[in-house]
Amino acid sequence: MAISAVNRPAAADAASPSAAGRSDAHRAAVREAVLLALAGGGTAILAAASMFVGVSDVSLPALLSGSQDAWDIFWISRVPRTLAVILAGTAVAVAGLIMQLMVRNRFVEPSTVGTVESATLGILVVTVLAPAAPLLAKMGIASGFALAGTALFLAVLRRLPARNTLLVPLVGIMLGGVIASVTTFFAYRFDLLQTLNNWMIGDFSGVLRGRYELLWIVAGLTVLGYIAADRFTVAGMGADFTTNLGMNYKAIMRLGLTLVALISAVVVTTVGAVPFLGLVVPNIVSLIFGDNLRRAVPWTAVFGAGFVLGCDILGRTIRYPYEVPVGMVMSVLGAVIFLFLLLRGRKARG
Amino acid sequence: MIRLSGVCKSYGTARVVDQVSAEIPSEGVTSIIGPNGAGKSTLLSLISRLQPMDAGSVAVGGLDVAATGSRELARTMAILRQENHLTMRLKVRDLVAFGRFPHSGGRPTAEDRGHIEYALEQLDLLTLADRFVDELSGGQRQRAFIAMVLAQDTGYLLLDEPLNNLDMKHSVEMMRLLRRLADELGKTVVVVIHDINFASCYSDTILAMRGGRLLHQGTPGQIMQPEVLREVYDIDIRIEEIDGNRIGVYFA
Repeated sequence: MAISAVNRPAAADAASPSAAGRSDAHRAAVREAVLLALAGGGTAILAAASMFVGVSDVSLPALLSGSQDAWDIFWISRVPRTLAVILAGTAVAVAGLIMQLMVRNRFVEPSTVGTVESATLGILVVTVLAPAAPLLAKMGIASGFALAGTALFLAVLRRLPARNTLLVPLVGIMLGGVIASVTTFFAYRFDLLQTLNNWMIGDFSGVLRGRYELLWIVAGLTVLGYIAADRFTVAGMGADFTTNLGMNYKAIMRLGLTLVALISAVVVTTVGAVPFLGLVVPNIVSLIFGDNLRRAVPWTAVFGAGFVLGCDILGRTIRYPYEVPVGMVMSVLGAVIFLFLLLRGRKARG
Repeated sequence: MIRLSGVCKSYGTARVVDQVSAEIPSEGVTSIIGPNGAGKSTLLSLISRLQPMDAGSVAVGGLDVAATGSRELARTMAILRQENHLTMRLKVRDLVAFGRFPHSGGRPTAEDRGHIEYALEQLDLLTLADRFVDELSGGQRQRAFIAMVLAQDTGYLLLDEPLNNLDMKHSVEMMRLLRRLADELGKTVVVVIHDINFASCYSDTILAMRGGRLLHQGTPGQIMQPEVLREVYDIDIRIEEIDGNRIGVYFA
């Protein structure tokens, strides 16, 4: 430092070395936009493939020949399913990213801190007490439970004597385990174990036109997350940084965790839990692009959608003509990828 | 000017800041010195509204810290605490750019970019601007954080141990930078500092604290006295005048 005399910084100072730095940054931004478009294109190809995988014959020639059956299945089953996968994949990955910044820990996501388990408990409670309640009401109750569960997790964290990086996810997993066992106990007593599985293991095979549309709510929530991206990034730097920059830390935390809880609850009620997604995708994106959410949210959204699309297609083809639920495929793949990331991180850090 | 009157803060039953009243003059460098546990850092975070005080009031440039909106305060004063642990991966330039948030609200203008590049340049970070903060050395990281609060371009700059992790060269350059910010840009710089000799050489005013209380306030000439330092630190410190600066010798 101390190279030049102190001058009021002038924006129009084109001759300074910083002008070159800026155009470099501009080139990098353009290059990244192109890469993002390519990745989006890749995801679009997967989405197109997803439209044509299944037991019934929906092929391009069948559609072109104007086969009514093919078109019916296309609009009633294939398109809704693909959209549901994209909506859920995008939202759950972004929710994981937001949660990691809010909790300031890389190894948490809604399904490892009790948020998803609480949402499931909420649905079970409505199913027992008011089985005839409309889906939207179930979603509302599930959201309330998810919020309460997340708040409980944070309250436990605040009481921890030391905030160890590994202790935080462990506490979350234990809390989630306790809530899940309560849920299982009551599901068992009320003979609802089968139904419980529908929410605990994500599965897109039941998605049909008229039964997934509430998922569009998460698209809105994801967009909201992108709009508030800068605030979440600042909150991820900590309370003091946030206050110094003139923002209300607690308000940002509340907004972030509400978004995460709502996304989790809506996804669990419509298609079931999608595990590991919120852990794996944000960690990969962070390694490559960092955590500035303004950049990271679009990448997380694209990779999230692509990852679930890939897993769903794999689940539909691996035992063709039978289906393996996407939640199961993701558990296996996600665990392997996550283990790889953990070990790689350790190597990088020595 | 920063005006403190009757500022108190307790943690449980322990009083960490006890009835501190002072006036920190504008456009200069003020150092807060004192032994560990004197309440220096706590005082700084009370001034900068990072923590609420139990009693008393603080006015920064005429703004009552307890009653003024956080965003307006963020355009008036910047604070950097001592321990800055970033769990996230952020590039140096992005980190510094967030210093502009109180002005731009996330939409940087050409003027904001000017401030960002200026701060990077002043802290010798132009070649590191596109690196991730978590990949830097401790000293480089410290400079990146200081660049962020510098980009905030506030009249008041509060730094808690800015020399943390810096080697000798960068320590000297940091103090020279703070001096220039005060002399040439008219900023009011307040630093918590452990090294009394840096405080002596670079400040206009020194505040000496101990046990939560403000013991003395004065120029380096007034504070760098064996009897004053003995009262503050409980050890005998010989004072030598070298090139017009008063240097405390306490190593042996």
